[in-house]
Amino acid sequence: MITELFTTTVLVGILASGFRLATPYLYASLGETFGQKSGVLNLGVEGIMLLGAFAAFYTTFITENLWLGLLAAIIVGGIMGLAVAVINVTLKAEQGISGIGVFLFGLGMSELLFQKALGTVETVSGFSSINIPFLSDIPIIGEIFFQHNFLVYIAYLMVPVSWFVLSKTTLGLKIRAVGENPEAADTLGVSVSGVRYFTQIFGGVMSGIAGASLSIALLNVFQQNLTSGLGFIAVALVYFGGWRPLGVLVGSLIFSMVNALQLWVQVLDIPIPSDIAVMMPYVLTILALVIAVQRVRPPSALTKPYERGG
Amino acid sequence: MRGQRPRITAQEIEIQNQYMADNTEFLPSGKPKISTMEMRGIVKRFPGVLANDHVDFDVHSGEMHALLGENGAGKSTLMRVLYGLYQAEEGEILIDGHPVQIESPHDAIEAGIGMIHQHFMLVPTLTVAENVALGLPSSRGALTDLDRVSARVLELADLYGLQVDPDAYVWQLAVGQQQRVEIIKALYRGAALLILDEPTAVLTPQEVSELFVTLRQMMVDGHALIFISHKLQEVMDICSRVTVLRDGRVVGQQPIDQVTKGALARMMVGRELQAQPEKEEIEQDETRLSLRDVWADNDLGTPGLQGVSLDLRAGEILGVAGVSGNGQRELAQAINGLRTITKGTVKAGGKDITGASPAVIIQQGVSYVPEERMEDGMIKEFTVAENLILREVNKQPFSRGGFLNFRAISRQSDELIKEFNVKTPSKDTPVKNLSGGNIQKLLLARELSRKPEVIIAAQPTRGLDIGATEYVHQVLIDQRAEGTAILLISEDLDEILALSDRIIVIYEGEIMGEVSAEKADPEQLGLLMAGVRSQAGE
Repeated sequence: MITELFTTTVLVGILASGFRLATPYLYASLGETFGQKSGVLNLGVEGIMLLGAFAAFYTTFITENLWLGLLAAIIVGGIMGLAVAVINVTLKAEQGISGIGVFLFGLGMSELLFQKALGTVETVSGFSSINIPFLSDIPIIGEIFFQHNFLVYIAYLMVPVSWFVLSKTTLGLKIRAVGENPEAADTLGVSVSGVRYFTQIFGGVMSGIAGASLSIALLNVFQQNLTSGLGFIAVALVYFGGWRPLGVLVGSLIFSMVNALQLWVQVLDIPIPSDIAVMMPYVLTILALVIAVQRVRPPSALTKPYERGG
Repeated sequence: MRGQRPRITAQEIEIQNQYMADNTEFLPSGKPKISTMEMRGIVKRFPGVLANDHVDFDVHSGEMHALLGENGAGKSTLMRVLYGLYQAEEGEILIDGHPVQIESPHDAIEAGIGMIHQHFMLVPTLTVAENVALGLPSSRGALTDLDRVSARVLELADLYGLQVDPDAYVWQLAVGQQQRVEIIKALYRGAALLILDEPTAVLTPQEVSELFVTLRQMMVDGHALIFISHKLQEVMDICSRVTVLRDGRVVGQQPIDQVTKGALARMMVGRELQAQPEKEEIEQDETRLSLRDVWADNDLGTPGLQGVSLDLRAGEILGVAGVSGNGQRELAQAINGLRTITKGTVKAGGKDITGASPAVIIQQGVSYVPEERMEDGMIKEFTVAENLILREVNKQPFSRGGFLNFRAISRQSDELIKEFNVKTPSKDTPVKNLSGGNIQKLLLARELSRKPEVIIAAQPTRGLDIGATEYVHQVLIDQRAEGTAILLISEDLDEILALSDRIIVIYEGEIMGEVSAEKADPEQLGLLMAGVRSQAGE
């Protein structure tokens, strides 16, 4: 039965779904990368994803318009990002703790809204696959990379865009400076809180889209705790990726591939206990972090609120 | 003397005439000059402190005006007001006769004011060009224009003689080079008036003379410069006027050619200074502490000490000179068991204490006056009395069978507070409420009351006022007279020269050389501090 894993069809299937499943990781981790680069750790990504997923799903369910659903996730994510900024930047909360609060709020609120507004698990027809002309016809390659929906392609597009913004624009320069030495940035007239508000709202929007990618593009359902820890892995992926978009891409792919593998292991009824299979991505998270954290240095001001001192 | 208008000397008139004759309102950087900047009646309060009490201060194009005073006299506060980091409660700032509102560093930069902070305001993970460009609009809109910034940096570097590589990362640069980046950063923003906050504190003597060449050139070119310092000789050497602050007030403002060092010192401290304490001849034979080829990692995990060997004898002060961040911290921590020694041995009183716990090292009679006295030397929330017995809390009479003996603790603290003349409201006051000088006295009281064999004193006078510094120096000299072996780690070369019997210089974790105090001259030490081993390269 193990040999079933190594047929072309199955391998292509694993790679294609791994490629697709990296989508929520990419949105959430890239958004979080901006935030951490500016010195703010938002541990509440998971909670924002849940709210974004619900907003997108419910709006789509009611209006039957996927674009309105996506817009709802963006708005809800942005509002949550703003709240995170108020808590962490203006009120200077302990970031490790406030993030847990944001997560629990998102978890509870999305569950409550789900119970009140839907009550039962429904489905919508999500974004459908767009076959890229010509490219999707290439055998194997086409199936793995070029037969996905809109949100998948945009997620991958966000990798070079994020890299470009962080390394080639004045905004990116400000973000990096604020995360390393906010005092220096302040003396040069850069608004430390302004930059951090921006990255937090952007991170919130990205987390919202990450949630939407689950509820209206990949799984097309909403249920309690839909994300089941994915948002926390996204935060870990930022560390794993060394605060670089390309690193985040590599990390996201590793995790989603392992995830795809474990799904297929279950589908093919290979005799590995499913609990163990499900654990694989999480075990990998811990291992990867232990290795990765020794490799790179986080932004110096990460988790440190800035106060103009004397 | 408050509110006294500056007297204009012949020399100044000459300087001003020269600039009238130059018939230009522009600096070499192409920016307009600031011909006068005046601060009038500046008042700034902090909770419980009047930091600036109706301070008047001014500076003209083509002069360097020194702002002199002890720590806490209000110099930095005044300059932070000028740079927009603080808002004054009263008073006004005039540039070329027009009142200006400076509410943020951004406003200050707009007005042509630049500031070189004592702790450099650079982002180490960015390049020189990126640091310069930070916060400025780019010629390419949202995209950075680092190539153009680099070109302009090189242009300014040429004009002012400040050689830097725009593409180098700041973390790769030596301290002196980082300072040049700071100056270029200000010039790039069109600074016509430059505030220099203790710019020489972290430099070697050679770097100081290089800096002075640049500053003199800037003066001649028509920049207005403010030089904050507490080093009298430097002020005498380079400034044209001096204003002395004490307790937030102006206590004197004069042209430099009308004052003496002694007069300035009196104004700063408010009393006569003590003569430099005399050292007696002491028998120095018994080796109390010896290090052989000691290696230890720094916080980054790279070698911070690279094969340090030294011998410290009874009755001597061995000075360790060096520029900040060259392994001084690692050295003190390695000896005291607070940092893992990766290779080599440390012996105290003949016993090998390599890798021993601090408790064992303390038993060997080693006392430690740490560099971060508030962080590493004291528990700041604890009271004076508690801090005084921290090291011996397990011993009788301070505790017995795990119970504290409050009577003994209280007696001990009363005695020490008196003996070391600590100014504290009571022995039950939390240490964090005491001044820096009194905290250092407390620390010395605790460390010396155990009659140590060896004292490791790391930056023992950093941040202290002149009175407290004198006191610490006297205590160290008295200890030496009693035969204690003292390792004095200091970045203040004057302190090292004044107290040491022998001097070693540390550079990148290595001992560069040793000189006896009589033969030491700052020039030679400066070269060693910069990592130049022999003087053959001249």
